[in-house]
Amino acid sequence: MARMKFLCDADRCIECNACVTACKNEHEVPWGINRRRVVTINDGKPGERSVSMACMHCTDAPCQAVCPVNCFYTTADGVVLHSKDLCIGCGYCFYACPFGAPQYPRVGNFGSRGKMDKCTYCAGGPEADGTAAEYEKYGANRLAAGKLPLCAEMCSTKSLLAGDGEIIAQIYKERVMKRGYGSGAWGWQTAYRETIAV
Amino acid sequence: MTKFLSRVSGMAAALALLFMLAAVSPSIAQQPTPVNPTASSVKEQQLLQELNRVEGRISIPDTKEGVLIQPAGRGWRFFHEVVLRWIGAIALIGMLALLAIFYLVRGAVKIAGGRSGRTILRFDVLERAVHWMTAVSFIILALSGLNITFGKPLILPLVGPEAFTSLSIAFKYAHNYLSFPFTLGVIFMLFLWLKDNIPNELDVKWLKQGGGIVGDKHPPARRFNAGQKGVFWIVVLGGSIMAISGYILMFPFYGTNIAGMQWAQIFHGVVAVLFIAAIFAHIYIGTLGMEGAFEAMGSGEVDVNWAKEHHKLWVEEMGGKSTLTPKSRMTPAE
Repeated sequence: MARMKFLCDADRCIECNACVTACKNEHEVPWGINRRRVVTINDGKPGERSVSMACMHCTDAPCQAVCPVNCFYTTADGVVLHSKDLCIGCGYCFYACPFGAPQYPRVGNFGSRGKMDKCTYCAGGPEADGTAAEYEKYGANRLAAGKLPLCAEMCSTKSLLAGDGEIIAQIYKERVMKRGYGSGAWGWQTAYRETIAV
Repeated sequence: MTKFLSRVSGMAAALALLFMLAAVSPSIAQQPTPVNPTASSVKEQQLLQELNRVEGRISIPDTKEGVLIQPAGRGWRFFHEVVLRWIGAIALIGMLALLAIFYLVRGAVKIAGGRSGRTILRFDVLERAVHWMTAVSFIILALSGLNITFGKPLILPLVGPEAFTSLSIAFKYAHNYLSFPFTLGVIFMLFLWLKDNIPNELDVKWLKQGGGIVGDKHPPARRFNAGQKGVFWIVVLGGSIMAISGYILMFPFYGTNIAGMQWAQIFHGVVAVLFIAAIFAHIYIGTLGMEGAFEAMGSGEVDVNWAKEHHKLWVEEMGGKSTLTPKSRMTPAE
């Protein structure tokens, strides 16, 4: 079974934010919620790097561990998904997440959080694959249709890679060998407790 | 024609130059450029070591999303899933066990002189209303809070995920809304009882004699003895920490960030379980543990003999201005 991962080759990311837009459009993500975002580090200085980040679908995911109602589950592909029917909007996954992935629609008084929303790796939720109920809550289920996440598929510089961890790590390694440099797989150490040794 | 010729010769010259360059340094033409752009670039490992987080600029309006990686959540996870459960279990079960042992060994503290049949007003209607508003809020806040920490291992397997979610959502709203009467109650308590709760030399004496709970002697006390003052300060200080940390969590990103919220949750959780354990002792001594104590917050009227034994100086102070109500006036003679 594949172990699905994301890898952003920061030496290729041009901060076009197309992945962000593609994600919002594909899943009809509500206003104010960003399942994916592009962060530019050292903006305007020599050596600045942009990294596209969403839920990294961590190994032994912290969100899953701290959820007080156990609404998370990890699929056989290593994708971390959650049930919006079980989520109580407590915000604990947000405290635990190293990548700021969980997002909450504001539904009530104070900062009252609605059901959490996050990147699904274009793999929907617990509902039957491809159903309207699934689409309404989690967006499109591309993985069930044999397609990879749209953000990575349409990345113009192929900076953002999605797919089996070993395969995308191999692609990244080959790139680094060929061009002679690479600033590393951002977030991998934190998410998967491993880096790509080149 | 001449234009074309000059163009051709120009191209030939350029080609010749290229070949010459290639001949001089063949390595440049074949290998990637020796300039390594990552040499000067930011490095994840370095940033994480320096700040324990990676932060940058973001072009969407939600600027707090500019934090790229913050592994501190893993430490908080360990606290929430392991440390807090241990602290909570030890504090709560430990306190219940201590109280049970104490009850079995010492038994309830009786009114040594028996009931006099006459009562004296200890807490007026306002004081009792404030106490019970705070107490009812506290109990529901405590249960709903404990559910967040202990519900998953204890209740979820019993009732199943759907029922547990319904319960937890109801508890979440109860927890958020009841924080207001609770906080209001703590503020009222502070104003009502602060003047009687300033520690003084009598408290040292009271504590040295074990409060008359351990021994049989009843050290003199004014309106509140050192033990009751302790409960007052636990409620006021503990309640303040609970309220402040709780409102930080209820209003995310108002003057704080993720690290701030993690710390707020740590304070909220640890103080909560210690607070609940302390209130166990308060409930015990106010009900099972002492004869005649509950009436103070029940009807508000305590037996004069109880008052004389536990709050000798207070009864003497009250003697002049308070009317001692004969109990027989309210309950028929036995």
